[in-house]
Formats: sequence, C-alpha cells, structure tokens
Amino acid sequence: MKNSGSDLIERLNLKPLIESLIAVLIGFLIGAIVLLAFNYSPLEAYYWLLVGALGSKDDIASTLSYATPIMMTALTFAISARTGIFNIGAEGSFYFGAIAAVIFTSIWGNMWFGLVMGMLLGALWSLPAAFLKVYRGVHEVISTIMLNWIAWFFVLWLVVGPYANPSDPNKTIRIPESARLPLIGNTDLSIAFVLAVVAAVLSYYLLWHTEFGFGMRASGINSRAARYGGVNPDRAVIWSFVIGGIMSGLGGAMKIMGEPPTYAISQGMANVYGFGFDGIGVALVGRNHPLGIIFAAVFFGMLRAGTSLMQARAMVPLEIIRVIQGIIVITVAIPGLYDLIKKSLRRGG
Amino acid sequence: MDAGSVISILINSFMAMVPIVLTSVGAVWSERAGVVSIGYEGVLLMSAFFGAMVAEITGHATAGLIGGMLTGALLGMLHGILTVYLKGDHVIPGIGINLLGMGVVPFGIIAYWGTAGQHQVAVTLWSWDTRYGKVSPMVLVTVAIALVTWWVLFRTPLGLRVRAVGENPEAADALGINVEKYRFWSTVYGHTLAGLGGAYMSVAWLGIVQKTMSAGRGFIALANMVFSGWNPLTALLGGWLFGFFDTLATWLAPLHVVPGQFILMLPYVLTLIIVAGIIGKARPPKWDGKPYRRE
Repeated sequence: MKNSGSDLIERLNLKPLIESLIAVLIGFLIGAIVLLAFNYSPLEAYYWLLVGALGSKDDIASTLSYATPIMMTALTFAISARTGIFNIGAEGSFYFGAIAAVIFTSIWGNMWFGLVMGMLLGALWSLPAAFLKVYRGVHEVISTIMLNWIAWFFVLWLVVGPYANPSDPNKTIRIPESARLPLIGNTDLSIAFVLAVVAAVLSYYLLWHTEFGFGMRASGINSRAARYGGVNPDRAVIWSFVIGGIMSGLGGAMKIMGEPPTYAISQGMANVYGFGFDGIGVALVGRNHPLGIIFAAVFFGMLRAGTSLMQARAMVPLEIIRVIQGIIVITVAIPGLYDLIKKSLRRGG
Repeated sequence: MDAGSVISILINSFMAMVPIVLTSVGAVWSERAGVVSIGYEGVLLMSAFFGAMVAEITGHATAGLIGGMLTGALLGMLHGILTVYLKGDHVIPGIGINLLGMGVVPFGIIAYWGTAGQHQVAVTLWSWDTRYGKVSPMVLVTVAIALVTWWVLFRTPLGLRVRAVGENPEAADALGINVEKYRFWSTVYGHTLAGLGGAYMSVAWLGIVQKTMSAGRGFIALANMVFSGWNPLTALLGGWLFGFFDTLATWLAPLHVVPGQFILMLPYVLTLIIVAGIIGKARPPKWDGKPYRRE
C-alpha cells in the first residue's frame, strides 16, 4: 500500500510528466530567490504574471498567440532530436519564414501562398546544416548557430533595405489584407494557433504511426542498428532538418501574417527574434513529444503573455521569465530527476 | 588603406582574439578529458555581467576578472555535476546555460543598474594606449595561458592523465586514475577560462555590459576548437584569425562598400567554411561527450 502511488506513476509512464512539473517548480523557486536577491516581491510578480496570462478573454487569446510560434519552433527541435540531432537552427528558419511571407504576399496576396513560401524558405535554410552534417561531419550545433547569425544579418538587410516600408521606415511593408490570417472570436488570436496544433498532431502521427517516422526515430536511437534494419540514417537526418525547417518557416510566416495590428516585421526584427531559442525550452519541457509540446507551449505562452502586466504592476523586469526558462531547461537535463527526488524524500522521511 | 589603419586593425585583432582563444583553450582541455559543453555563450555573457559587477563593487578591475572566473567555475561545476557525476546528456545543460545567460544578463542590467539593454562599466582594466588603439595586458596573459596549457597537456603527467581519461577511460581507470575527478575538474577549468574571457570583454576590452555582447563568440570558440584539432597552440592561431576577421568586419562595415549586414556576416560565414573544410580530418578524443561508468 505504501508505494501504490509511485507504482501507478511507473505503470502509467507518468515519470516524464512529473519530471517536467518538478523542473517548472524548481524554475519558479529559483526565480523567486533571484527576485528576492534584487529586492522584488516574488509573490506579487507571480500573481500578476498569472492574472496577465489568464485574467480575461483577451489575456487567454494573447497566451495562445504567444504559444503559437514557440510550438512551431519546438517541433523543429523535437523532430530533429528524435532523429538524434540537436538542431538549434529554428531561429534562422523562422526569420526566413517571416520575410518570405512579407515578400511573396506582396507579389500575390494569397494566404496559402504566403504560408507555403514561408515553409519553403524555412526548409531551404535548413539544408546547409543538413548537408554539412551528413557529408562533412560538421556538428549541427555549430553550423546551425552560424547559420542563425547569417540569416539574422541577411534578413535584417531585407527588412531595412529592399522591403522597408516607405511610409514607415521602422517596419517592413505590410501583409496585404487579402493574405492575413483570419482572427478567432473577436480577439487578436489568429487561426495560426489552430494550424500549429494541427502541425503538432501531424508530427505525432508522422513520427509514431508511419514507417517513415519509425525509421527516423530508429536512426535517432541507434543509427547503426537502423542501417542494419534497412533504414538510411543519412536520409533520416536530412529529412528531419527539412521537416524541422518547414515547421519554423511556417511559424515565422504565421507570426507576421496573423499578428494584428502590425502585419509586418518591426524594427530590429524585434517581433521575430528569440522564438527559436524559446522553442528549445518548450521542446525539452514537452519531452520532445509533439503532444507534450502543445501543453508546454501554452505554458510558456502564459509566461510570455503575463509578463507585461507583471512588469507594469509589480515593476519586475520581464527578462526574469528567461531566467526561469533557463533554470527549467537545466533542471530538465538532470537525468532520473524523479527517482533522485523520490530517493531523497525517502531518506528524509 | 594606409599603414596606420593596417596597424590599427592588427592591434585590434589581438584584442578581439582574447575571449575566443581563452574559451577555445578551455574547451580543448575539457574535451580532451571527454566532456563536451556548448554553454560557453552563456558563460561569456554571465561572466561579463558578474565580472563588471564585482569590478564596480570592489573598485578593482582585477577583482572583476576574478569574479568572472568564479562565475565560469560555478557554471562549470554545475555542468560537471550533471554530466560527469549524474551521467547526463552533455548538450542539453549547455543549452540551458545559454538560455540562462540570455535571461540573467538583461534582467541583471535592469535590476542592478536600472538601465535597459546596456551599461557602461565604471571600473576598467589598465591598458597601453598607443596611437593605433589600446593594447590590454590580457593579450599577453592569453598567449601565456595558451602556451602553458599546451605544455601541461602534452608534456606533463597531469596532461597525460587528462588525455587518457578522454581517450580511453577504461585503461585510465585500470591504472588507478580517478576518471570522474579528472573529468570534473577539467570541465571546471574549461569554464573558468571562458569566464575570464567574458569578464575581459566587459572590464578590459569593450567597457560595457550588453545583453548581446557575446555575439556568437562562444560558438565561434567551439568551431575554433575543432579547427585547432583539439590543440591549444593551433587554437591560439585560429583565435587570432577569427579576431582578425571580426575586427576587419567592424572596420569595413561603416564604409558602405556593400551593405553593412553582409560585412558583419563575414566572421560567421568564414567559421562555417573553415569548419566544413577542416572536419573529416580532425578527430575528437574517442570518449568525448560519452559518460563513463565503472564496470
């Protein structure tokens, strides 16, 4: 009887979920210590964070809006991770997806055209890292980070140069009305959120219910065994980069096409920066599982949406959220966190 | 381009080399012992921040450098506990440390100095001021560290043991070497050097703390480590090359020969090309990034 709780946890394979929850808890705990160290009130900060994230219909809409792009970049990381690749390149593909939406909807103001071109450019930008990995053995962490910086400067040039808005140089030209994503229920939330959830479910189906996805996962677990089993691990790696690039590219396009009232990339690319990195945190908390990522993304979306009220009411700089996210990711990296805590609890009790 | 500009670019390239060389040399040592870390970007950022903070509190730039080293050492211990003792993945904690740096630094700048985005450091390290730009004594320190690290790694019993632990931990273990201890302290050493490099950026070189000041240098240092073939001496040369291109880019950008963005892209494009050209020939230590469990 004494251990029935933990037996249930092991039988239902809830360990990953519990470990993620513990990581989140530790993130908030250390975040509170940091806040106290700088003379802020953590209780006040967290209270306004929660109110800002879920307090009203518009707040919930904004939570889901923030969840959308990081769901897409998290899928990029997770799909690659399942193939045994640490793809940090979501950031670069995201920029390219965003600028693709701006460029191509200005040619033909059609929503689907903008989304498809975003996916295409995102996928194209993932190819150099894929080929360098497979044919030159270059570690993807280094190549994707370099490609992110190259993408940053290239897209920045397009944003301040050829595609700058002549009547408002702080932004690019706007997405034409005919290509904007429809909004849901009289809020600022666009159907991008629905498309992101569909993308996550499709990723799940692809990875776990198709032969193709099985091959990808098999080569991620053991590439030599996969080769023996008739899977070409090199091809699996290239496809994981490409599908990952599609996800981030689509994320970038949806961000710009579904973001009222701007519908443009803003100065210094402020509204497209950082989603690739946040996506890594989302993927790790979601345990690289597409369905887990949906929930993790909504949770991270809450953190982002709540920050403006937290900053305004509790006067806490919104960057504290990134501190908490960093601690959560480090905690997730502790192997066997659940067993570790159970053991120390038993010792304590 | 006149002679003065050439000398000035050369001098500045030595200044720009310091954080890359220190991080690369530290990473070489750590990977020779078998521990991979990709968290140096975050280490550079956080040690730049805490280094500047310590320098201003104590009024001594040297104390700031030590503060940066301590920051690096603590992060190295965190990474070492997760990877060496708990046998965890080597890449994920590095991602976490990088994310942490992206949060701690902008938050700290606002919370501690009350300004957003950037802080001018009040206490900076003494340097030689020449007609062509300043030269920090840290340039010499960096060269010395690279030379001494090479010597210890390849010419002393300590270095032999460190390399044995990364190359063949089973044999090392059989000879009575404490694999975990050597791996752990090698990780700490690697991160400490990166911490010195980070503090150098804020209290000796740039004189500012900024949330994007590491600008990919942590990763460029890793690329340089691969380029060097895991050798501190070649890492010194490679680090200077990257420093040179970094300086050249900042020097060329305002001239508007081509759009500035394309010039600023240069160091990253070159890193990619160099890494692509070199790998295949270069071979990491055999047990690099793999946890070792005693049978």
